[in-house]
Order: sequence, then structure tokens, then C-alpha cells
Amino acid sequence: MGFTNMKINNLGYLIKEGLKGIFQRGFMSFAAVCVTVACLLIVGTFSVAMYNVDKLVTDLNQTNEIRVFISYDMKEADAKSIGTKINTLENIKIATYVPRSQALEDLKKAHPDTNFGGIYEEDLHYRFKVLLEDNTKMDQTIQEIKDLDSGIVNVKAAEKEAAFITKLQQVLSVVSVVAIAVLLVISLLIISNTVKLVMYDRRDEISIMKMVGATNGFIRLPFLVEGLTLGMLGAGIAFCIEWMVYDAILVKMDSISEFKIIQLVPFENMLLPMIFTFCAAGLFVGIVGSWTSIRKFLDV
Amino acid sequence: MIEFIDVTKSYAIGNKALRGVSLTIDDGEFVFLVGPSGSGKSTIIKLITGELKPTSGTVHVNGYSLERIRKREIPYLRRTVGVVFQDFRLIDTKTVYDNVAFAMRVVGAREREIKERVPYVLNLVGLDGKRSRHPGELSGGEQQRLAIARALVNNPSTIIADEPTGNLDPARSFEIMSLLQEINRLGTTMLVVTHAQDLVEQFTNRVIVIEDGLIASDGMDGFYKYENQ
Repeated sequence: MGFTNMKINNLGYLIKEGLKGIFQRGFMSFAAVCVTVACLLIVGTFSVAMYNVDKLVTDLNQTNEIRVFISYDMKEADAKSIGTKINTLENIKIATYVPRSQALEDLKKAHPDTNFGGIYEEDLHYRFKVLLEDNTKMDQTIQEIKDLDSGIVNVKAAEKEAAFITKLQQVLSVVSVVAIAVLLVISLLIISNTVKLVMYDRRDEISIMKMVGATNGFIRLPFLVEGLTLGMLGAGIAFCIEWMVYDAILVKMDSISEFKIIQLVPFENMLLPMIFTFCAAGLFVGIVGSWTSIRKFLDV
Repeated sequence: MIEFIDVTKSYAIGNKALRGVSLTIDDGEFVFLVGPSGSGKSTIIKLITGELKPTSGTVHVNGYSLERIRKREIPYLRRTVGVVFQDFRLIDTKTVYDNVAFAMRVVGAREREIKERVPYVLNLVGLDGKRSRHPGELSGGEQQRLAIARALVNNPSTIIADEPTGNLDPARSFEIMSLLQEINRLGTTMLVVTHAQDLVEQFTNRVIVIEDGLIASDGMDGFYKYENQ
């Protein structure tokens, strides 16, 4: 029989029994929590690392812009109007007009050792900085821009770099999903084995419960409460350790100039996804671990 | 009421534990079930408690038909049958009171009912003064009394005692048997499985002898024959 036949007045007793079990089997509980913490720390570290890499790649992607050059024979107003046409294309996030004066300034900044004395802004093409929605369609979009207007003389993009970054992001996504799934399965097996030891320790008690007519639901619930509590406790401890260690790494990296180029996401910025990840992992290993391990002890 | 009609039970390894057993135990009866090791006594108990299903034949226990009982009905069958084991099977971490209350809690009794019923049952088995002790602090006889209290607390219509005196000295064994007689007088059907022939002959109850998976005799005459073999 399931939980439906349980009276509400038993629920308090069952929850109390589950919590009491944690203290009665102190060492087992301690071992289960330690295993959960260790596993969730690995899962958490992987999640945090993936979150950062993903963010880094996304940032790199966003800064990967296309430059569209318009013939300097055109009037500025006509050149600017091409921007409106570019913006109507499907894969365009935004096309921003760059005045010639700004273009010359940028050129000087990019090549500080070069003498630009004989070059004036009139010598430069009109230009647009264009950001794409999806870099995987870069080739196609470049062709669409080229076909837009005869005044467009050139479209420049770091196509190879964009392709590499896109590929890297795809590979990392797959690797992270597989790694986290594998680690979760390993955690589950370890937790399940730990709970099995607890069950084995209590097999007599379970057989007595069965013998006096307890339903399977009634027997399961305290173990589920116990598994759930241990799982959540482990998740909470792992979360706090992860936060502290991550913050310490962040501070250390800020103090080393070589690492300043890598901007790690502050833990506070990923608080919600991290809380969700740890809670879900804790709940998952706690409930599934205890549910699967109790099953065979119920066949009395 | 317990009724076996032409019941056979074969195990996977091929041996037949029961070979066409028919017997009826009416409500309120006190019955001894005796027989040598491997004769089929334990199989009969397991069939009554729903741990096993018969290979053929019909088993009725307190209104349940065991040959077609559904898995989810078994807990409710077991609430009608209290079981007392030779090795007591008490929970060492719980007190005397909690060992008994536990049996009520797991079937969903209310706390008020538990507070009323447990002291009554402990008083009945003579353990009222030891409710805060743990099983490890009790003598063998007291532990068996506690096991009887636990079997009795949910007011089952039947109690099965499997070698209840197997671990006790003769004086304590007699005490336990007297207690079971007293509980029977209060209306509970009692099936006592035992090897203790000297104890059986001191009481005037019905005795069923089982040998080699068959009922060898049902009554004191048959028992005396069995005893003299």
C-alpha cells in the first residue's frame, strides 16, 4: 500500500523517525554526508567551471564583429542608409555606423607605432560595425551583406576564429553535460551503497515492521526522510565549501596580473543556478539512493 | 479461522515441503503443532503469514484467501495474525514500551490509542514495571513476554508462536505457555509450534502432528504415539 493509506497523524511520527535515524546511526550518517559532499563538490566544481567557460566563450563570440566597408565615393547620407538595409537582415543583431573620424582614431590606437601623418579621414571608407545573432551563419550573412548594395566594397570578419570559438563552445557543452551526468551516476552509486549499508544494519527492524503489518509506504518514508535530509545536508555543506573556495580563487586571481585577462563570474552572479544545481543533486541522490536500496529489503 | 484444504508446497529446488495438508483451526482454539525438523511446520507458518503462496490447494486465514491474495493486501492479513519467534526479534535500541508501541505505530494507530493499549498489554504480560528498560536489560523469559506483548498489542484474532520456549529454561517455558493459555482464554486463537513435547503433554489442548509434509495425527492419542516413536 502507498502513502495514501497513511493517516496524517502518522506523518509526524514517520518524519521524526527518519530524523532520529540520522542520529542513531551517527557514523553511517556522517559517512553518507561526507560521500555526498565529496561527490557534489566535484559536480559543483565542474558546473562552475563550465559556467565560466561558457560565459567566456559567449563574451568572445559577442566581441567578434564584422566590419562592412562602404565606398568613399558615396555621400555620407547614402552610406549611412546602407546601415538600415543591413539591419533588416535576419541574422543581424545590430549594425552601428562608425564615423570616419572615429575610424581614424581606432586605427591610430591599434597601431601606435605607425605614423599616420599623411592620412586624413577622407581617405578612409565609411564603415559599419556589425554584430551577428548566430555566428554559425557568418558565411551566409557576409554574402547577404555583400549582395545588399553595390556601394559595399568589402566585408571583413574573423571567420576562422569565429568558427573555432563556435566549435569550442559546442564541444564544451557536450563534455560538460556528459561529465556532470557521469559524476551524478557515480554519486548515486556511492550514496546508494551507503544507504544499503544502513538498510542492512536495519534489516531486522524492517522485517519486524513487515511482520506486524506495516505497508511498504510506511516503511519507506522514514528512510526517504533520512536519505533526503542527508542528501540536502551534504548539498548545503558542499555548496558553502564551493562558494568559499571559489571566492578565495577569485581574490587570488585578481591579485595576479597574468590572470587579470580571465574574468571569472562572481559566485553571487550564479547563486540561483548553483543553489538549484546543488539542491537538485542533493534531492536526487538522497531520494533515488534510498528508494532503490530499500526495495530489496521489502520483499519479506 | 485458519483452513488448509489439500495444500501442497514445493520449493524451487524440487523438494515438497507439504504434500496435501488439510486442517481447520476454529476461532478461539488453542492448537499445538509438533513434528520433527524439516516436517513442514515452518512452511505452514509462512503460508499463514503470507510469506509464501501454496503450490496447490486452498489456504484461508481470517477471511483472506492466500492462494490469490494480492501483494498489497498482505500487510492487512498480517495485522490479523500476531507472530512470536523463538529468538524474540526485539529492537534493542527501543525501550520495552516503544517496542510494543512501535507495532501499533507502524499500522497507523493514533497516539491516544497507543497510550491506552500499551500499558494494558504490558500489564497483561507482567512487564508493566519495566516499560523504560531496554530488551538487553531483560531476562530471556521477560524478552519473550515482551515479544508476546508486541504480537498481542494490535489485537489480532490469531497468534502464532514459533518455538516460543526454545531459548528458555523449563520454569520460564511453563510460564510463557501459561501466559499463552491465558491470552487464548481472552479469545485469541493460538497456534503454538513447538518441539517441547514435555510441555505439550502438560496441557489439554489439541495437538496436530506433522511428519514429512503430511498431517500424521490430530489429537492427543496421535501425539502420544508420536512421542513414543
